[in-house]
Amino acid sequence: MSEIVNIPPLPDANEAREEMLKIYPPKTRKKRQKQILSNDPSAPPEVAANTRTIPGIISQRGCTYAGCRGVVMGPIYDLLQITHGPIGCGYYAWLTRRNLARPKEGVNYMQYSMSTDMQEDQIIFGGEKKLKQAIREAYAIFKPKAIAILATCPVGLIGDDIHTVARQMKEELGINVMGFSCEGYKGVSQSAGHHIANNGVFKNIIGLNDQADDAEFTVNILGEYNIGGDAWEIDTLLRKCGIHVTATLSGDVSYDQVTRAHTAMLNTVMCHRSINYIAEMMEKKFGLPWVKVNFIGGDATAKSLRKIAQYFESKKLKDRVEEVIAQELLELRPVQEEVKKRCQGKRAALFVGGSRAHHYQHLFNEMGMEVVSAGYEFAHRDDYEGRRVLPTIKVDADSRNIEELKVDADPTRFKPRKTPEQLEALKAGGFSFSDYEGMMAEMKKGALVVDDISHHEIEKLIQMYHPDIICSGIKDKFVIEKMGVPCKQLHSYDYGGPYAAFSGAANFYREIDRMLSTKVWKYLTPPWEKNPQLTATLVHAGKEGGKRNGENKTYAKRAVTADAGA
Amino acid sequence: MLNATPKEIKPREALRINPAKTCQPIGAMYAALGLHGCMPHSHGSQGCCSYHRSHLTRHYKEPVVATTSSFTEGASVFGGLANLTQALSNIFAIYNPDVVAVHTTCLSEVIGDDIPMIIQKATAEGIIPPGKLVIHANTPSFVGSHITGFANMTSGMVRYLAERTGRALNQLNVIPGFVDPTDMREIKRIAAEMKVKIILFPDTSDVLDQPQTGVYQMYPSGGATVAQIKSAGDSIATLALGHFSAHPPATDLDEKCNVPCAFLETPVGLTQTDRFIHALRNYAGVDVPESITQERGRLLDVMSDMHQYFHGKRVAVAGDPDNIISLVQFLVELDMKPVYVITGSPGNHFEQRVQELLKEQVPDAIVKQNADLFELHQWIKNVPVDLIVGNTYCKYIARAENIPFVRYGFPVLDRMGHRLFPTVGYMGALRLLDKIIDALLDQKDRDCPEEWFELVQ
Repeated sequence: MSEIVNIPPLPDANEAREEMLKIYPPKTRKKRQKQILSNDPSAPPEVAANTRTIPGIISQRGCTYAGCRGVVMGPIYDLLQITHGPIGCGYYAWLTRRNLARPKEGVNYMQYSMSTDMQEDQIIFGGEKKLKQAIREAYAIFKPKAIAILATCPVGLIGDDIHTVARQMKEELGINVMGFSCEGYKGVSQSAGHHIANNGVFKNIIGLNDQADDAEFTVNILGEYNIGGDAWEIDTLLRKCGIHVTATLSGDVSYDQVTRAHTAMLNTVMCHRSINYIAEMMEKKFGLPWVKVNFIGGDATAKSLRKIAQYFESKKLKDRVEEVIAQELLELRPVQEEVKKRCQGKRAALFVGGSRAHHYQHLFNEMGMEVVSAGYEFAHRDDYEGRRVLPTIKVDADSRNIEELKVDADPTRFKPRKTPEQLEALKAGGFSFSDYEGMMAEMKKGALVVDDISHHEIEKLIQMYHPDIICSGIKDKFVIEKMGVPCKQLHSYDYGGPYAAFSGAANFYREIDRMLSTKVWKYLTPPWEKNPQLTATLVHAGKEGGKRNGENKTYAKRAVTADAGA
Repeated sequence: MLNATPKEIKPREALRINPAKTCQPIGAMYAALGLHGCMPHSHGSQGCCSYHRSHLTRHYKEPVVATTSSFTEGASVFGGLANLTQALSNIFAIYNPDVVAVHTTCLSEVIGDDIPMIIQKATAEGIIPPGKLVIHANTPSFVGSHITGFANMTSGMVRYLAERTGRALNQLNVIPGFVDPTDMREIKRIAAEMKVKIILFPDTSDVLDQPQTGVYQMYPSGGATVAQIKSAGDSIATLALGHFSAHPPATDLDEKCNVPCAFLETPVGLTQTDRFIHALRNYAGVDVPESITQERGRLLDVMSDMHQYFHGKRVAVAGDPDNIISLVQFLVELDMKPVYVITGSPGNHFEQRVQELLKEQVPDAIVKQNADLFELHQWIKNVPVDLIVGNTYCKYIARAENIPFVRYGFPVLDRMGHRLFPTVGYMGALRLLDKIIDALLDQKDRDCPEEWFELVQ
């Protein structure tokens, strides 16, 4: 155990909440108080998640376009994507997420930013003509397999019909062209964009090719974006166990892989928030069930592997998975024990995303650290309280904006992966399909849950909770660090990673250990401010010199003389 | 790396690929951060604000706070009055700035929100506390570029704040254009060295280059104060450093307060710095101190010592129009050959000015405004260059073609030097030379045959 001196006690969550709310005008307070709560894992209180961001509040949230283009569509590396709008949106979404890719066939459009660079003329007279022309030019230069059009705010307002353009261009060029109406204002956060992207990918790409991969156990990893190479770690681990990944949505994935995603035997869901829609729709249409997994944290990874093995009901696979887990934990545990010596008892707070603020708690717990507060940037109630609350979630005007696709079983391709008897047997054995317990069930009682945390609330949190580290994103990072608290970005991983699977967990332990033990923060106060009184002791060189040989002595004497002279 | 880029150049009218510009609002946000005690406010959907804050943070590695009107579909249909009014009430209650600087986005421009009316209404309703200010600039994303946005917000400062009282103040205004905080700091250092009192605005030094002290300040000590900009109307003259990002606000100030302007360019390189020093000297009536003359001499010394490595090198240059114009002039002074010069920002002045600078030394140079990095890469594929100078996005071209690369301009997302060391002034020029020499000779040391690998250069 490391030396722990003078750690201020944790405040009561309700008092902390009051302190955060104090400054707000009444209307703002009324709304924010439903998003700041003291946790109860056995009966999670209702969080007013996925509601509008209050104007004038410094929020972490982005827009619908960012969720669609940046998060879900971006990583499909050989799908040529054209942003229809003024230059900014396409520019900012260019190479700024760390969804790494290693294209198998050499084409990587992720290195390109393509846009119609809409000008005033198109705002006034409409932009469809320019969009068509841009698509023709893109086709002439790149000859892509498919093209996606991503809409920005002005598109919806001036009434450009990107879907008709997509249809016409599909006919003209003979390739798949699809539109995404992901105008920034469409939802309350990125989350609306995830949903729109899910719908578009499901309607336009999944199911175009029925060729299944030739492997005994096939899965898709949904809601895994290969930030810092996470998907590669998961893929390597699964391969070791004998499980084949058909498609990762969306991380280092090709358009062709997505067209065949429905042929897998199981959907595994990492980020429930951003991709549960596709999982649900694929189950209805093609009959492949989904399970929630989490490859963040050693124990969570082991649990997820066992869950997949249990699903396939193969003794061979189960044995192999146990072998791999044993092997991997043998390497991971010593690292865990080593960092624990220094990290045990330290405090973390996580405000990020729609799943990471939950998943990464596993890693901190494994390091012996306490998660004192956490919250998502754009998640919904089910991500906090668990899917059991789904029937009670009110559909408000903002959610109604996003199309809910009506999906029926495909007349020829719907193939239940399990017989009803098998399903019953699995469920009887404690197996749960289509389920997510949410963040709160796994957090301590009395921990502070803050949805869509604001700048002001982060400041207050630091003052009251004295976290040793905060996990957040680029916009908060330097605010938090200027307060002397290290901040780990969990969107970009601060250009580090991977952190998924067992090897990733070891990376994360070491990274947090590095951040908590860096000397940098110890130098914050200059020595002259520590001792404002002048207490210098002047030493004549002669004192030392006198003990040495004669020559030094002479020199020292001279120095003393000179000193006296001055 | 950029494997899909073909050598063959096909005409493009509609498709922008790999832009060398971004949109107006981010320039407005950056300019607003150069006003002391100011909260930039983005009137549009929250993604704009989020993108701009993220992007500026990645460049400056500093806190960049700004607020947004967080439009949803309702506001987009019925107008942003309610959103902006609520935002102002929250901003003053929670974050307590001296000034809120509102800029528009494509969304609020398309629906035609009347910002002055909204501000007026908020004032009448007592939402803006006494002594506090709200200023604004229209920055539609579908016109111009981030450089236009910077100029427009700076003009906003002039329109709302500058006053002519009739007292003649012995000071010069300097509008630095879209340069880094460290460049603004260097401009102030040069003026102080010359004992000239200047009002620099916007001024992001001590805002976006704060020291680590363990204490966070939402409104750091830096930034031009409202009082300073107010007094700009009584200054002797305005030195405007850049046609695109500084001349328009200087013109506005002249129109409003009758302050004459010197239309200069970004003081990057030898002669552009000479012009700036010369203007400071003449307008303020001071002598150039020996220390500045010595800085100039040290620059010239390196230029002559290392001339052989610069001479005749073919350079591709990409970036923002003002700092590229001056950079091209500097490269010419070094006897280098800027063969491809592009900016993403629109504006014919860019092509005219650069061609004028190159007409003797590189008559066949390709110079293009409203261009993009994809096109630049295609030119390079057809006839290669010895060096690329541009922002971080150019590193993909540099790697694809194995060409030495110097980061310059906005944004630099992957290195730290731009945050600390200026490129303006003689000292800034020395830093650029240092970087160019490093890039050229590092490449030589890495790639040359062993017999040509030399200890001394």
